[in-house]
Amino acid sequence: MPNSLTRDYVISARNLTKHYGDFAAVDDISFDVPAGESFGLLGPNGAGKSTTMRMIGGVSQRTSGSLSIMGLDPEQHGPQVRAHLGVVPQQDNLDEELRVRDNLIVYGRYFGLPLSYLKPKADELLEFAQLTEKAKSKVDSLSGGMKRRLTIARSLINEPKILLLDEPTTGLDPQARHILWDRLFRLKESGVTLILTTHYMDEAEQLCDRLVVVDKGKIMAEGSPSQLIREHSTREVLELRFGSERNTTVAAELQGIGDRLEPLPDRVLIYTHDGEAALEQVASRGLHPITSLVRRSSLEDVFLRLTGRSLVD
Amino acid sequence: MTNPPSAPSGVGAESAPPDATTTTAPPALRAHSPQVSADRAQRFGSWYYAEHALRVMNGYRWTLIAYSVGNPVMYLFAMGVGLATLVDQNSADAFGGVSYLAFIAPALLAAATIMTAATEFTYPVMDGFKWRRVYYGPHASPLAVHQIVNGYIIAITLRLVLMSAIYFGIVAAFGASPSPWGWAAVPVAVLCGLSFGLPLMAYSASVEEDKGQFALVMRFLVTPMFLFSGTFFPLTTLPIFLQWIGWISPLWHGTQLGRMLTYGYPVPAWLAVIHVVYLVALAILGWRLARRTYERRLGK
Repeated sequence: MPNSLTRDYVISARNLTKHYGDFAAVDDISFDVPAGESFGLLGPNGAGKSTTMRMIGGVSQRTSGSLSIMGLDPEQHGPQVRAHLGVVPQQDNLDEELRVRDNLIVYGRYFGLPLSYLKPKADELLEFAQLTEKAKSKVDSLSGGMKRRLTIARSLINEPKILLLDEPTTGLDPQARHILWDRLFRLKESGVTLILTTHYMDEAEQLCDRLVVVDKGKIMAEGSPSQLIREHSTREVLELRFGSERNTTVAAELQGIGDRLEPLPDRVLIYTHDGEAALEQVASRGLHPITSLVRRSSLEDVFLRLTGRSLVD
Repeated sequence: MTNPPSAPSGVGAESAPPDATTTTAPPALRAHSPQVSADRAQRFGSWYYAEHALRVMNGYRWTLIAYSVGNPVMYLFAMGVGLATLVDQNSADAFGGVSYLAFIAPALLAAATIMTAATEFTYPVMDGFKWRRVYYGPHASPLAVHQIVNGYIIAITLRLVLMSAIYFGIVAAFGASPSPWGWAAVPVAVLCGLSFGLPLMAYSASVEEDKGQFALVMRFLVTPMFLFSGTFFPLTTLPIFLQWIGWISPLWHGTQLGRMLTYGYPVPAWLAVIHVVYLVALAILGWRLARRTYERRLGK
C-alpha cells in the first residue's frame, strides 16, 4: 500500500533537514506532491524556501531526512533528477553575452537535445513567452519581466513534467506579474507539476492548489488556500486606522468585538464573521476610526495568525 | 480556393507545412526522455559546456582574431626588429649564436598564452559565480560540476591553440623559427598557458568578493614573471638571488622548451623532462583544485 502511494507522488520529502553550521535553514519538514498539482511554499524571506527548492533541484545536499523526485534520490541520481526538472531560480542567470534565442538553444544542449529539435522548439517557446520579436536581441536589452519570461522559456526547453519556480515574480511590476501568472496558469493546465515559492499571498492564492506555510525552516500549516483561511482565520476582517499614536491604546477599548483582535503598529484588525456588524459595534462604543475597511480574510491573515508576523517586512 | 492558379503540387505543397506545424502542436517536436538526457549529459556534458563557452566567444570572434594577429606583429616588430638591431650589433654571441628575434620569439609566444590565460581564468570565473551567475544555469541542468570546469577548460584550450598557431605562423614568417621542430612550440605554449591558468582558475573560484585581487595578480604575478623569466635576456644574467623567480615561473620552463624546439637551444634531456613535468604537474594540480573549489562553492 505505501508503495503504490509513493508512486503517485512526483516529489516526496520526509523529515527533510538542512543545517548551515548551527543554523537550521530547513528544519524537519515533510510533504508530498502528486503529479499535476500546483504546490506552493509560502513564507517570508529566510524561511528556508529557497534551500528546500535547491535540495529538490538536486544542487544542494541535505543534512538529514529523505527526498525522492520521480522515485529517485537527487543525491544519488543528480543528473537523472535534474533531467526531469525545469528550474526558474530566484535570481536570473541568463547568459547576457548570448542572444535571446541562443540562450534557449545552449541550455537545451545541456540535455543532449539535437539542434533539429532545439531550433523549432526555441521559436515555439519564444512565442509562448511573448518574446518572438526579441529573438535576436541581446539579453541585457530586455526588461525585468522579459528576462523572467525568458528564464521560464529556458526552463521548458527539455519539456519537463516538473517545474520549480523560486519567487517567480519578485521584483516585477503588477502588469508583468499578471502576464507571468497567465503563462504559468497555462502550464498548469497542460499538466505540468508546479512547485513554487513565494512571499506574495496573492500569488499563492492565484496559482497554488495546495500550499505549506513555512517559517524559520518549519511547516506551520498545510492545505488549499481556502482551507487554510477557513481553519486559521474568520470569514471577514475589519481593518481600522486610528492614527499611528492611538492604534494600540484604542485596542483596549475594542475588546469583545469580533472573534479576535490584532493590534498592529499602523492599524487594528478585528477578525469576525460579519465585518459590517462589527463596525457598527465600534461606532456604538463612541470610537471613530480615521478609515475603516471590511474585507475577506486572506493568506496574509493566516500567516499573521500562525507566526505573529506579517509576510512582507 | 481560386487564389493559387499555378504550382499545383511542387513548390506550394512544400512551403505550406512549416507554417502549419508551428501553429498546431507538432507531434515530431518531442524532447527525448529524461533518461536519455541524463545519459548524454553524463557522457558528453563537458563538451556541451565547451560548446556554450565557444558560442559566447564566437560573439566576439573578430576581436579575438584581430588580437591574435595584432599582438604578435606588434611585439615582434618592436622587440624583435626594433630593439634587436641594437642588441645584435652590440652582443652578437650573447644569445647562443642566434638573432635576438629568434631568442625572444618563443618567449613572447609562451608569454602570450599566459597573458590570455590570466584574463580568461579570472574575471569570467568571477562572472560565473557572482556577477552574472552564469554557472548556476548549467548547474541546475543534468551537467555535473566537474563538467562545467572541464568544458570551460576545453574552450579556453581551443582558444589558446588557435592563438598560438597564429602566433607561430607569424614568428615563422619573420624567419625566427629555423628548426623543423618549431611547430611543436605551439602545444608547449598552450601547456604553458594552462600550467599558469588552471591554478589561477582555482584561486579565482575561491574569491568571494572582488577587492582588486585580479589586478594584483596581473601586477605582482604576471608582470614580474614576464620580465624575469629569461624572456628578454638569459636567466643566468640575473644575479643568483633573483634567478629563483625563473625556476618557479611556468613561463621560464615553457620558454626554454620553446627555444629548444624553434632554434635548437641546447637543453639536456633530463632538464627538458623536468620542464615538461613541471608544467604538466602545475596544470593537473590546478585542474584538481579548481574542480574541488567549484564543487564546494556551487553545492552550498
